[in-house]
Amino acid sequence: MTSKRGTLDLLSERAIEALIRLCGISAILFVFGIFFFVFREGAPFLRHLDLGEFLFSKSWIPTSQTVPKYGVGALIVGSLSVTAVAMAIAVPFGLGAAVFISEFCGRKTKETLKIVIELLAAIPSVVWGFVGLSVMSPLLINTFHTPIGVNMLNGALLLALMSVPIMVSIGEDALKAVPDSFREAAIALGATRWQMVYRVLLPASKNGLLAAVLLGVGRAIGETMAVLMATGHSVRIPTSIFDPVRTLTATIAAELGETSKGSDHYQVLFLIGVLLFTITFIVNLTADLVVKGIRKQ
Amino acid sequence: MPNPNVSTFSASVGAPPVSPKVEVRDLRLAYGAKEVLHGISFHIDPNEILGVIGPAQSGKTSLLRCVNRTIDFTASARTSGVVKVDGEDVRTLRDVYGLRRKIGMVAPLPVGLPLSIYDNVAFAPRAAGLRDKGRLNDLVERCLTQAALWDEVKDRLDSLGTKLSGGQQQRLTIARALSHEPEILCLDEFSIAIDPVTTMRIEDVLKELRRNMTIILVTNLVQQARRLANRTMFLWNGEIIEIDRTEAMFSDSPKDKRTYDYVNGIFG
Repeated sequence: MTSKRGTLDLLSERAIEALIRLCGISAILFVFGIFFFVFREGAPFLRHLDLGEFLFSKSWIPTSQTVPKYGVGALIVGSLSVTAVAMAIAVPFGLGAAVFISEFCGRKTKETLKIVIELLAAIPSVVWGFVGLSVMSPLLINTFHTPIGVNMLNGALLLALMSVPIMVSIGEDALKAVPDSFREAAIALGATRWQMVYRVLLPASKNGLLAAVLLGVGRAIGETMAVLMATGHSVRIPTSIFDPVRTLTATIAAELGETSKGSDHYQVLFLIGVLLFTITFIVNLTADLVVKGIRKQ
Repeated sequence: MPNPNVSTFSASVGAPPVSPKVEVRDLRLAYGAKEVLHGISFHIDPNEILGVIGPAQSGKTSLLRCVNRTIDFTASARTSGVVKVDGEDVRTLRDVYGLRRKIGMVAPLPVGLPLSIYDNVAFAPRAAGLRDKGRLNDLVERCLTQAALWDEVKDRLDSLGTKLSGGQQQRLTIARALSHEPEILCLDEFSIAIDPVTTMRIEDVLKELRRNMTIILVTNLVQQARRLANRTMFLWNGEIIEIDRTEAMFSDSPKDKRTYDYVNGIFG
């Protein structure tokens, strides 16, 4: 009886272990799977593609009947610049809000703020795009007297609003993970609240805060609908934040439906997908290395 | 167990001199509905070492946290009564940071801040506004020396304080508590993770420091109180059983039988 029970236990233990292993490995499988299928759709075109021209040329004329041009230089600049401006706005606000919620406000304010910020995260991106078109655009025109309201700044503001909730909740988690004994030790040494935050909490939670920022970057660079609607969607190298730009993601979303499957244009759009994939991979890898570097010190 | 003699002890020790460094009157502290200090009163003279002994959960640490007002961080804590430092009631004090800079606190479990050893010790002086590199260097060396840690860490002041061993971190917190030249030093079980030889070295330093500061020494080692304290207070279940000159407390006939039992290890 007991030995039979023992065998059963052992078997179920094995089964659960195998199941958990499968879950773990599946993440890797999915990532490789997605990369593989995206790459497969775009790969045939690599033979006639001049990689230098693809990456650095700013002529994106895919629908030309005579000489279509597939240069995504302007799109890369568009994606990166919108993201950069968005982060310049979102990082101070996001981390500042995280610090405020975690350290400075009372319990009631904290609960209210957290709920509101979670609501912010729940707004669909197409709604943000709509806000960009109908609210932000006239606002920008009236405030800065720019000729067009759908531009880099508009998209960046939307992206900032979209990535702030992620930064706040991850950042607040990171701060919450710092043991209270650190706070009390710092306070007992005569530090003010801000000195405690600045000298103890931020160094202690820098890995988590960095993760928060990078998740925000990932959110911003991958966002499609809002930037499609709010950035103006015009292929050019921007010279100011009031210029309209076009991003990699928006290009795929806007054009993929109009191409015929297997055409050059179709394949190039998939290559753009591979490019996006590479960019986010580099961002994540950098994050990983930075975090490891910090840990080693 | 309520003790009817509690409120009369100070009369028996003699009236406090002109200006006690710390004066506590009828201090009550409750966490939520649970009262942990039941109205205690005592005073500490300047340049005195007051030993505080008593079993776990007697309210010793809570008492220290009332003095430097880190009790504020426990949301459920409610206090009443008077805690005066230099004649000023800390419960109504406006400059609470100034108060904490006056008081050095060493917690029982070492809390090395996630900074370098140097920055750990330089934390408080910097928070108080000291920027001069040379003076900071001198201060860090002096404090680490007083905490009997300098020789072990002088070649790696830049490495993380949290990487030190438990006993070293404990001494780091002592160095840190000394770094802002406190007028009152609160030691809460400072020797819990420190070997006896090093403990003796630190005890010698404490005897020196008494010239410049007032020391509250909370300890589980009753013999440590006997070695260092001018007066000793026996706290039990949130009440002062007895407070008297250390020799009297450790004599064969302290006023309360329970004191005798406790210091001789036959308590309960």
